[in-house]
Formats: sequence, C-alpha cells, structure tokens
Amino acid sequence: MEDLNEMKKVILQYVINEYAEEDDDVTFDTPLISGGLVDSFSMVSLKRFLEVKYKISIPDDKATPEAFDNVNSIARLVQEYL
Amino acid sequence: MGYSNKTRQIYLDQLAAIKEAGLFKQERFIHSSQAADIEVEFPAGATTKKVINICANNYLGLSSHPEVIRAAHEGLDTRGYGMSSVRFICGTQDIHRELEQRMTEFLGTEDTILFPSCMDANAGVFEAILTQDDVIISDRLVHASLIDGIRLCSAMHDTFKHSNMEHLEQKLQLHADKRLKVVVNDGVYSMDGDMAKVDELVALCDKYDAILLIDESHSSGFIGKTGRGTHEHHGMVGKIDVITTTFGKALGGASGGCVSGRREIVEMCRQKARPYLFSNTIAPVVVSGVLKVLDILNESTERRDKLEVNTAFWRKGLTEAGFVLKEGNTPIVPVMLFNAKLAQDVSRDLFAEGIYAVGFFFPVVPNGQARIRTQISAGHEIHHLEKALDAFNKVGKKHGILGLTKQEIIDKFGQ
Repeated sequence: MEDLNEMKKVILQYVINEYAEEDDDVTFDTPLISGGLVDSFSMVSLKRFLEVKYKISIPDDKATPEAFDNVNSIARLVQEYL
Repeated sequence: MGYSNKTRQIYLDQLAAIKEAGLFKQERFIHSSQAADIEVEFPAGATTKKVINICANNYLGLSSHPEVIRAAHEGLDTRGYGMSSVRFICGTQDIHRELEQRMTEFLGTEDTILFPSCMDANAGVFEAILTQDDVIISDRLVHASLIDGIRLCSAMHDTFKHSNMEHLEQKLQLHADKRLKVVVNDGVYSMDGDMAKVDELVALCDKYDAILLIDESHSSGFIGKTGRGTHEHHGMVGKIDVITTTFGKALGGASGGCVSGRREIVEMCRQKARPYLFSNTIAPVVVSGVLKVLDILNESTERRDKLEVNTAFWRKGLTEAGFVLKEGNTPIVPVMLFNAKLAQDVSRDLFAEGIYAVGFFFPVVPNGQARIRTQISAGHEIHHLEKALDAFNKVGKKHGILGLTKQEIIDKFGQ
C-alpha cells in the first residue's frame, strides 16, 4: 500500500495541475470545493482519476463534496477502499 | 392564482441583486435592419441614433443582403409562413432536405440534420448518441450551449485546459476504457477569437479512437480558403466526425442550426434528439434564405476575402493606436480592458461617438478579463472602420489607456 504522505503528494500535484491558476497556493488542507477551486463537474473527473490511479471503486454516495473538500480528506477516503 | 406578494418579492430581490452586482442586461432597440449602419434607441425612450455596428455576428454582411431577402420572399410565397409541425410528423418540406444535402456538401461531411437553432443542436446531440458507459472530454472554454447539452446527457464529463493538447492526451489515456469517447471543441472561441488546433485534435482522436465534435458557429462561411470552416483552414475536411453550426451568424443571421457529420450519428439524432423531435421545423422562409446564402458562397469567395482584409486593417489600426488585443486571426477582435467598469465606460463613450460595441465582463468572461469584443464584417467598408478607429482613439485617450500594457491598465484601474 502506498504511504499516506506519498499519496497526499500525488493527489495534491494532480489537483494543482488540474485546477489551480498560477497564483493559487494549494496545500493539503486548502478547501477545494467549498473554496470554489473544484466544481461539482470537476469532482467527477477527480473521482475518476483516483479510481484509475489506485485501482479502486468509490461508491457515488461516498464521493460527497465534504469528502472531496481537501487533499487530506480525499486521501483518507481513498485509503478506505484500497 | 398562486403568484403572491411573497413570490413576487423573491424575484424582485433576485433582480435587485443582479442590478447591484452591475450585471443587469438591457436590450438596445434597433429601428433598422441588421447592417454596418444601424439606428438605435438607447436607453429605451431616447431619440434614435445612427451608429456603426461592430458587435454583430454578421460576419459576411449577408443578414440584409438583397438576394437573400428576395429568396426569402420567394420561399414565403411558394412554401408558406409556417409548418405547424415538428419535422417527423408533417413538417419536412423538400427544401428542408435540400438544405441538409447542401450543408453536407458545404461542410464536407456524410449527412446533416437541421435543428431550430445551434443551441438546440448542441442540446440534443450528446443525449442522442451517448450513454452512461461513455465519456465527453471538452475544452474548458467551450460555448455555454455545449455545456448545457453535456449536462443533459448521462455520459461522464471531463475537461481539458483550453487548447492544451498535452492535457487532452492525458485525459484520453485516463478514460481509455470507456465505450465511446467524444472530444468537444469550438472551432473559433467566441469570446477570445482564437481557433482550435483542429489538425492536432484530429490526430489525437485518431490515436485514441475518440469521436471529434466541433462547434463551427463562429467559423462557418468565412474561415478557410473557401469559408467551409476551421477544418478547411487546417486541411482536415472529411475528418471531423461531428460539426454543429448555426445559420444565425455568417450564414444569413436569421435562425436555425444543424448537426453534420458521420451518417450514423446524424441518423441517431433523427431518431432520438429531443429538440429535433419536440420542436417545430425551421420556417420555410429561413430555409429559403439559407439556400441562397449557400449559392452566394459557392459562386465566389469575395465576401470572405473582404472580411479577411477588413480584419487585418482593423487589427493593425487598433494595435497601432496602442490597445491591448487578444492574439488571433479571426474577425473576433477583443480589445482588452481587464476592469469591468472601464469596459462599461468605454462602451458608453464609444456609443456617444457613434460606435456600437458592447463591454463583456464576469461572468460572461473570467474575472479580471473584461473587454470590448469587436466583430468585423464584410458588410463594413474601410470608411466604417476608419471612423470606428477614430472613436476608439478618442475614447482610449480620454481614459488614458493608449500604449499601456496589461499590467499598467490593471495598476491604473484595478482588475
């Protein structure tokens, strides 16, 4: 199993590449959805990335805006399904 | 009647909030036909004013062309005013099928289906051809009508950064296991005036077995050597799987649109696309007008060539005057002002000088990207453009923005 810190770095990098503008400072606990960086449309592709990358399946009812709201919580969610 | 004061107040509050945010849209009443010279009543109740229009989608100047008007009259006389039916019940005339065939030939595709508008074409096409086993990967700046169509469909939706082919390739790899993949782009982006990298899109879609859909609304009729669109410009005629486009801009400017492309996809739209199945057929008068437009375009490239000359003249004039423009080579020339209030002030001052050009700001364009979007037409003569340049110079001087860089404008007016 991938180390949690390593996983958080991978997810953070994906979020930065995917959604951040040049001057956005995104960290492990930056609010992504409530902070407006990631919208509900983009959440679908983020979920897809996690499922493909970690070969898991996250049930739709677990992929909530709260669970996806920062890198820390996303990593915790992924760990549940590894 | 359930429209209580409480209900009314909910809407009044929302409208007040729109006004307070400076986002309240007001129509300007035009008392003439669409052309380079128009007569405008603004604000409502004011005496009409003669102005030069540089914000219409009338790229080829055909909206009020005498031959198009004559053809429309003939259509009205021979095929009537309305059909009172959707296409598949009793709303298909010979001229509807003729227009579909002519558009197929014009765009270099396999088949075409007409829709009441391109908004409807985009609203209907995705749901008709995709299921939840599929994915749509769209450029992040595609037109609102494509986004609405994508939302109406059960396929997964992902996006790629604007015109970033590397990012698109990553997404095509990420979704490699999906049954069908559809890549969605505008041919020319309506707010920035830049063109999609159609040749690279075709190559990527070939490599990853993806369907390529391009909305050519801001290119049909004038982009490419004979005005077929961005696919002609990039030497890709016959290689675009789905083209959606409108008759409401360069192709006569009235209304109507179509989906044109692979035969099976068009047939799926004919069987399943809801705006086609549940909305009236395009009025015969419009169909007759568009058929004449295609005749005019097939006879000569004169209008499209003139548009190219006009666009080059306009871009050069604004650049020499010291405005910041969005790079590009299409008749959509955005004059960047970055600040929303400045864009509104410049638009108002231009109107006072006899130039009709509208300011765009958030949420129509990203925050801090306010602009005056100018659109050039083959209906403009050089004297129109010279007068418009004089006005831009005068208004630019008044606001002290000529020769300033993007950063200097932002420093002076805020973003």
